[in-house]
Amino acid sequence: MSVLDFDYMVGLVPILLRYLPLTLAMAAAGMALALVLACGLAVIRVLGIPGLNGVTLLFISFFRGTPLLVQLFLFYYGLPQVLAFLTQIDGITATIMGLTLHFAAYMAESIRAAIVGVDRSQTEAALSIGMTNGQLMRRIVLPQATRVAVPTLMNYFIDMIKATSLAFTLGVTELMGATQKEAAGSFLYFEAFITVAVFYWVIVELLAWCQRRLETRLNEAYRR
Amino acid sequence: MIQVANLVKRFGDATVLDGIDLAIDQGEIIVVIGPSGTGKSTLLRCLNFLERPDAGQLTLGDLDVDVTRATRADILAARRRTAFVFQNYALFANKTALQNIVEGLIVVNRWPKAKAHARGREILRRIGLTDKADAYPASLSGGQQQRVGIGRAMAAQAEVILFDEPTSSLDPEWVEEVLALMKQLAAERQTMLVVTHEMGFARDVADRVVFMEGGRIVEQGPPSQLFNAPRDPRTRDFLRKVLAAQPAIQPS
Ligand SMILES: Nc1ncnc2c1ncn2[C@@H]1O[C@H](COP(=O)(O)OP(=O)(O)OP(=O)(O)O)[C@@H](O)[C@H]1O
Ligand SMILES: [Mg+2]
Repeated sequence: MSVLDFDYMVGLVPILLRYLPLTLAMAAAGMALALVLACGLAVIRVLGIPGLNGVTLLFISFFRGTPLLVQLFLFYYGLPQVLAFLTQIDGITATIMGLTLHFAAYMAESIRAAIVGVDRSQTEAALSIGMTNGQLMRRIVLPQATRVAVPTLMNYFIDMIKATSLAFTLGVTELMGATQKEAAGSFLYFEAFITVAVFYWVIVELLAWCQRRLETRLNEAYRR
Repeated sequence: MIQVANLVKRFGDATVLDGIDLAIDQGEIIVVIGPSGTGKSTLLRCLNFLERPDAGQLTLGDLDVDVTRATRADILAARRRTAFVFQNYALFANKTALQNIVEGLIVVNRWPKAKAHARGREILRRIGLTDKADAYPASLSGGQQQRVGIGRAMAAQAEVILFDEPTSSLDPEWVEEVLALMKQLAAERQTMLVVTHEMGFARDVADRVVFMEGGRIVEQGPPSQLFNAPRDPRTRDFLRKVLAAQPAIQPS
């Protein structure tokens, strides 16, 4: 193997930087939507709402039980064939949809576990002083559940950022798609892919750093 | 004035409270004793609607409800007129000592924050924890946590404070400080209904001791009478056993 072409790699950085916002935007949108959906699913599971509980279980089972890539293809290539009004769905939308549903299924279960994990006696204490169920949730249960759920949710966010790279299979030119094109032009596959690998790596490490800081703050109340 | 009439609670087939009648005067201190599994905790929890009773009439000050017909509003009203001190403290882990005490004032009674905090600090002073205002429960000793638990109940300004074995989870070294705080409240004529195995406390502090067994009140009376001249053989039997285990307070 010849020596790495560093000049090429350095030159690639500003090109790839142009596609970074799209990658981050897809991950941010997917995460925000997935959080909302997952909270809803978790509450349905915690309360055990009769009909909805079954639907939720089926949803979670399907989106955890099938590969994300299959789900993305299903949305992008499959859905327009069965849903007439969706003559065309663009790759970015399909990616965000897939990420949302896929990760919401996982996150719902960790949020549910975090809610259920809050000491039952605190619930009784809150009710005993006359709090309503809503006040109990907002002021006592959810703040504590958040602390428990945040590390896991951050890990899912990190996974999601990496999973955005699958969007290139739907023809979206994000970080991975752009790298693929550059590499195909230069034939310097190793340089191109090691560069994009470092991109993802740096993003993830930055996030992990934020995660540690956030956890320290959230744990303040529990230090002895 | 608190009155319970014919209170019944069943868990499945088991009748845990079998028609309890109890009246508590303003400022009265009542201690409930009895063997394990007799329904003492359940009685307290029913007064606070942490358990839903199956029958009975409940009077708490100006609130008077048939427990089987209690609406959501009745239940909230009953909870605002009673305060609960738990065996395991049950402090809100995400809130400081001061926040634990004022939480109900701010959220339930909708007091302005400044007013609630002023009252909270006053209570912290009375429970001897002025310097722990900003400490979280995890950093407090068991005794300190339970004193905050009592402070939270004091803040509610309820008709009655219900204590369910407030010292049973404590390491022996912390029991005295919690009992001392309860004695202080008793001296201030705070109405209290206390379930405890601390016979010394019952003897020294109670106006009336209630002996329960099998979901019923077997016998009640002033401590001097109940401890020295129990009428029912079941009371005698129970007292013989517990006083043998706590020799410091043998009948005189
Ligand atoms: N949620 C519940 N479901 C079913 N049975 C229960 C429940 N809570 C209490 N019981 C039963 O009701 C009976 C009375 O319980 P309770 O806790 O009131 O007794 P206790 O007098 O407080 O006893 P202890 O001194 O051990 O605290 C027990 O037999 C208990 O097993
Ligand atoms: Mg009990």
